[in-house]
Amino acid sequence: MKAVVLGGTTGMGRAIAQQLAARGDSVFLMGIGDDDLAKSAADLKSRHPKGTDSGYAVCDLEKPDTFAKALDVADAALGDFDAVIVTAALFATQDALEADIVLAQRLVTVNYANTVVFCEHARKRLLERGGGHLTVFSSVAGDRGRKPQIIYGSSKAGLSIYLEALDHKFHEKGLNVLCVKPGFVKTGMTAGLKPPPFAGEPDQVARDVISAMDRKKALIYTPGMWALVMLVIRFLPRFIMRKIGF
Amino acid sequence: MSKQATVPMLTGWGRIPVEGTELVSENLEKATHGAVLSRGLGRSYGDSSLPARKSDKIVGTRLANRILSFDATSGRLRAEAGLSLVEINRLFMPRGYFSPVTPGTKYVTLGGMVASDVHGKNHHVEGCFGEHVSALKIRLADDSVVECTKTENPDLFWGSVGGMGLLGHILEVEVTLHKIASPWIWLDSARMPDIDTFLTGLNEAAPRWPMTMGWIDCLATGSSMGRGILMAGRWATPEEAASAPPKDGPQITFPIDLPNWALNPVTATLFNSLYYWRHLPRHLETIVGPEPFFYPLDAILEWNRAYGSRGFTQYQCVIPRAAGAPAVREFMFLLTKLGGASPLCVIKDCGPEGSGVLSFPLEGTSIAIDMAVSPDLQNIVDRLNEFVIATGGRIYLTKDRFTRSEHFAAMEPRLPRFLALREKWDPKRKLRSAQSVRLFGDRA
Ligand SMILES: Cc1cc2nc3c(=O)[nH]c(=O)nc-3n(C[C@H](O)[C@H](O)[C@H](O)COP(=O)(O)OP(=O)(O)OC[C@H]3O[C@@H](n4cnc5c(N)ncnc54)[C@H](O)[C@@H]3O)c2cc1C
Ligand SMILES: NC(=O)c1ccc[n+]([C@@H]2O[C@H](COP(=O)([O-])OP(=O)(O)OC[C@H]3O[C@@H](n4cnc5c(N)ncnc54)[C@H](OP(=O)(O)O)[C@@H]3O)[C@@H](O)[C@H]2O)c1
Repeated sequence: MKAVVLGGTTGMGRAIAQQLAARGDSVFLMGIGDDDLAKSAADLKSRHPKGTDSGYAVCDLEKPDTFAKALDVADAALGDFDAVIVTAALFATQDALEADIVLAQRLVTVNYANTVVFCEHARKRLLERGGGHLTVFSSVAGDRGRKPQIIYGSSKAGLSIYLEALDHKFHEKGLNVLCVKPGFVKTGMTAGLKPPPFAGEPDQVARDVISAMDRKKALIYTPGMWALVMLVIRFLPRFIMRKIGF
Repeated sequence: MSKQATVPMLTGWGRIPVEGTELVSENLEKATHGAVLSRGLGRSYGDSSLPARKSDKIVGTRLANRILSFDATSGRLRAEAGLSLVEINRLFMPRGYFSPVTPGTKYVTLGGMVASDVHGKNHHVEGCFGEHVSALKIRLADDSVVECTKTENPDLFWGSVGGMGLLGHILEVEVTLHKIASPWIWLDSARMPDIDTFLTGLNEAAPRWPMTMGWIDCLATGSSMGRGILMAGRWATPEEAASAPPKDGPQITFPIDLPNWALNPVTATLFNSLYYWRHLPRHLETIVGPEPFFYPLDAILEWNRAYGSRGFTQYQCVIPRAAGAPAVREFMFLLTKLGGASPLCVIKDCGPEGSGVLSFPLEGTSIAIDMAVSPDLQNIVDRLNEFVIATGGRIYLTKDRFTRSEHFAAMEPRLPRFLALREKWDPKRKLRSAQSVRLFGDRA
């Protein structure tokens, strides 16, 4: 695989980049900080000295004008990528978002509007070369409107629908769209929150995601237990959702 | 998510909790801004990695684990402070490199190894971990970031080596790994019938073996007092070594907190006798993998739950060579008399004192004993400390939870030097831990 990972410097994106590099795939990193990207690229190189050189480029989901250029650099470095993985996103608690309307706007813009724009750039390039993988991290939070994640959840809900429809339309043309719905995973994003039962580790999620890409699946819940948890939550009636805290 | 108001807690390896939370982040440079302490994998037994106050900002470094460079000819590694020894072993042993110094667990971070200036079975040859470190990147109390080496800000460098995180947050560490002849260990082990034979055995093994240590059955009394097993080893040559790399054994996780009474004098004595006599031949030579040699306790994850909810501590001291074997014998006697003995008791002869301002080892005999929390514990620690002070020895901060500040001051002639460094680099004493409140009198 020749993969671009937007968000590959931290958390689940980092775990995916490391596992891909470990099995010999080429990895190109994208993120916000130049210095940070350089360190992550050096890390991949030191861990897998025999692997192919991984490049990087700055790509900021708050600046859509950086998207095309970053993808150009990736194409040049990898010689036409065949997989684009997006883990980058913003997260904040509902309390924080209610208290800060500017943050709320940034979050929905990054997680939904600009992620969709980035995916549009990426999927056009992939389709031009006959297809490939477009793997994007949504969230279980987008499966049901819930009190603790009104704004973040809705940004992910929009993204999930976009990815679902993209799969419907382009599957036959060779585009493998994978919508990843992690449950609670112990990363920097959730640091400080109390892990619920079935909390996952980034490495475990990365294994699940890579295997789902290999099997060309369109949707996964990871850790797998969250598929069941969300099945129940999706069917809870409104009067219960109004009563309970989650 | 549940609504019950559980208070977030942090603990060291001894599982005595204090209120507080850690901010875990990949980005130490950002996260340590304004923070008062960093902690790695929390393998220090006592309160060195715990907050002085529950609102204190404590940074958890374990996600900051990037390798920034590795030079395959010199073995020089530069990495972020949260990189664990598990990862270093996994990545570099197959390339023929191993950490110059390793503690008895691999679940430690680079930052933790520097801050405690850890020692291993090769202390008498290689000194502590800090001797092999060539550079540190540190966030200071005033939030500036500096690079320090043995020549650039050397006082900050040697103060941070063994400084328990009190001079600054270590962001990056540069250390030189050692080339190993094979990934296998040539192990020579022998039963030692009593403490005097043991000390002589350690002494004799030191010049001949790069790695030595012993396990003592400190529950044995009378003429068997201090009996145990002396282990000496070196990296096997390629000819001696098996052709395949060592395989990791099964990883078991300790399933439950044992009830507090489970580990009692009767079960402990039984365990120790079994362990001692399991070593049936008096003397044994074998080839073993690094796991059972360096990390026997890591085979069971969370083994600290065996002590139950009461928690435990480890008492580790070093008795100077000048005080002689009689002092060690007397220490063992006192330990037995006070009832401080337990299954885990480890003995090691240390080489000369290193350059870390508060680094633990000095030339002499180090003894480490796990002790469950009990109403007698404070008294046991006090009495042992008084004895150690009289011999000119000291305790290991990274294990400590119960030493009194007066005792610490009495055993630590280097304390004024360290306090002067704190005055220079952190005049407002922003950086602090539960331990620094207890031992240095920092405000809580
Ligand atoms: C089973 C077992 C066996 C052991 N055997 C040995 C042994 O043989 N020899 C030995 O020397 N030790 C031994 N130890 C102790 C252990 O090596 C040390 O406590 C080590 O410091 C733990 O590393 P950590 O990453 O878990 O650090 P923590 O326990 O999280 O922290 C320890 C100290 O380091 C400081 N610190 C951690 N990271 C940073 C950072 N980035 N910047 C600044 N300060 C930091 C903390 O503030 C704290 O004061 C053993 C421990 C266990 C549990
Ligand atoms: N952790 C969970 O429990 C969980 C659950 C469900 C879904 N998810 C989703 O899983 C994905 C990965 O999350 P994670 O837990 O691995 O968190 P993470 O480590 O915080 O990853 C998020 C990444 O997004 C980057 N990012 C933020 N703003 C950006 C921007 N404007 N442009 C480019 N990159 C930006 C961050 O970069 P910086 O670090 O430089 O800011 C970071 O690398 C996210 O989409 C998240 O919503 C996570």
